[in-house]
This record gives sequence, C-alpha cells and structure tokens, in this order.
Amino acid sequence: MNNMIPLILGMAAVTYVPRLLPFLFLSNKRIHKRLDAFLKCIPAVAIGALIIPGVFTATPDMPMAALSGMIFTLIAGLWRGGIIIPVLGSVAVTYLVLFCAA
Amino acid sequence: MNAFKAGIPIFIGYVPAAIAFGILAKGCSITLMECFLFSAAVFAGASQFIALNLLMTGMGPAGIILTTLLVNFRHFLMSAYLSTRIDKFAKKYLFLIAFGVTDEVFSVLSFQKGQLSKSFILIVQFAAYSAWVSGSMAGFILGGFLPELLTKSMGVALYSLLLAIILPEVKKSFKILLLVIASGLLNTILIKLDFLPNGWTIIVCILVISFAGSFFITQNSHQEESL
Repeated sequence: MNNMIPLILGMAAVTYVPRLLPFLFLSNKRIHKRLDAFLKCIPAVAIGALIIPGVFTATPDMPMAALSGMIFTLIAGLWRGGIIIPVLGSVAVTYLVLFCAA
Repeated sequence: MNAFKAGIPIFIGYVPAAIAFGILAKGCSITLMECFLFSAAVFAGASQFIALNLLMTGMGPAGIILTTLLVNFRHFLMSAYLSTRIDKFAKKYLFLIAFGVTDEVFSVLSFQKGQLSKSFILIVQFAAYSAWVSGSMAGFILGGFLPELLTKSMGVALYSLLLAIILPEVKKSFKILLLVIASGLLNTILIKLDFLPNGWTIIVCILVISFAGSFFITQNSHQEESL
C-alpha cells in the first residue's frame, strides 16, 4: 500500500468537481420554472432518504436505542422546535437505553 | 437559526464517525499523514470508509476513484439546489463553499430561511470540517479513547439533526411530509433490492420523487415565501 497520494488526490478531485459544477452553471442564471420546482423538492426528498432506512440500524445491536432517541427528537422538535435540545437529548436518551440494556 | 447552533449537532455527529475512520485507517497500515490527507482533501465520510474497504480487498486506485465518483455524485444534486439559494456576496466564495457540501451541511443550509450568506455557510462548513479532520486524527493517534457506549449514541446525532431540521417544515406542509415518507420508502425498497451501487439509491430517490413532486409544488410553497 505504498504511495497513497495519487489515490487521495484522485478521490478528492472526483468528489470536488461534482460539488462545484452546479454552482458554476446555475448561479446567476434564470432557471426554468419546472427545474426550479424540481430543485425545491430536493431537500425534503434527500432528508427522507438520508434518515430512512439508515436510522433503523444506527445502533445495530439494539435498534430500539436509536429509535428511542429519535422519538425524543420528534417530541422535543414538535413541542418546542430548535436543534440543540432535540439532538443532545436524543443522544442522551440513546445512551441511557444502551446503558440500561448493557 | 444561528450558524453556531446549526454547526454544533454536525460537529457532535461527525466526531465519532471520524474517530472510527482514523482507527480503521491505522488498521489499513496507512500513515498518519495519509489519514490526514484523506479527511482534509476528500472530506466525504461514506466514500472514505468504502475506499479503505476496497484497499483491503486489493482494488487498484482507478477502481476506487470511480467508486468514489459514484458514491459522492449525489452532492451534484445538492449543490444544484444550493446554487439557487446563495446570496450575491457568497458567490465570490463558491469554490470554497462547493468543497464543503456534505449531506448534513446541505440539510442544515437548505432549511435556513431566505438567501444564504457566506458567513452562515462557512461557519456551518467549518464546524463540519474541523470535526471531521480532527476526529480522524484523534482516532488514528488515540484509538477508541471515547467509551464505546458514548460513540454509539453519538452516532444518532446525525439522524436526530436531520429529523429536527425537517420537523418544522413537516408541521407547516403536508406535501413536505409526503415527500419525506415517499423518499424513505423508495430508498428502503431500493436498498432491499440491492442492485444499485452505494450512494445511488439516494440519487434515484431524488430524481424520481423530486420529479413527481415538481408537478404538485405550488407557487406559495415553503421556500418561495422567504426568497
């Protein structure tokens, strides 16, 4: 496994270029209404696929632990909103469930 | 939402993943410098883990680089969305901003109201980047120095973050809820069917569900109001 540098640079390039190209092509452009409607759906769609089904195996030995944390996020987020308390609380709940089960 | 508050959950979520990367990298007999370069130059979590696995199987650089392109291509779609949201002052920094488009950074930025300023974007990205690079180094040098139960539970932070971001939108709009659930269902089915390369189930979800959704989105949808 000698000389990883070309591999790392190659990986960096193929990661960076797709992240960059849309900024170069779409910024400052008037976007067709249809494309705009498509782009507007991307955040919610991406989040759906990033959470499900990954969350069900977030704590592989005990899926209920992660799910308990997520239920805390759901309740705290719907009740008061915000980010910090729903997230930190969720980590704490997950920890407690794992701790009690251990 | 303030940029620091948005950055903290990403930081907490990235640290355990980065530590795991550092530990694994050391196990693959990679040097500390190479481990640093991986995280500092590539800055893409899932693909770095996959690259280590492929290295262990003896795959050559060309195959690993091609896999990385496929795995990370979803960020092309995320950047396409973000490019419509950055303000004119941020445009000068787009070479820097583009570097930091990860799943979680994208998620936090996309539900921020109004146009995105360069300081907001760069602060969130710096939180993510510093966690990723320093965590990788810490994992390499110190190994599993955090208690196992803690790293396991910290892994949930990224999912909680995504849920906490989307909840206020779901509350306001039934359509958003439909998009999230439809996408999660399609992603689950695609992963179960197991015929797409890693990273492409989410690309198919974005293309299919966003295309379907674009027929239903109305002029007064959530982000339109704030632009």
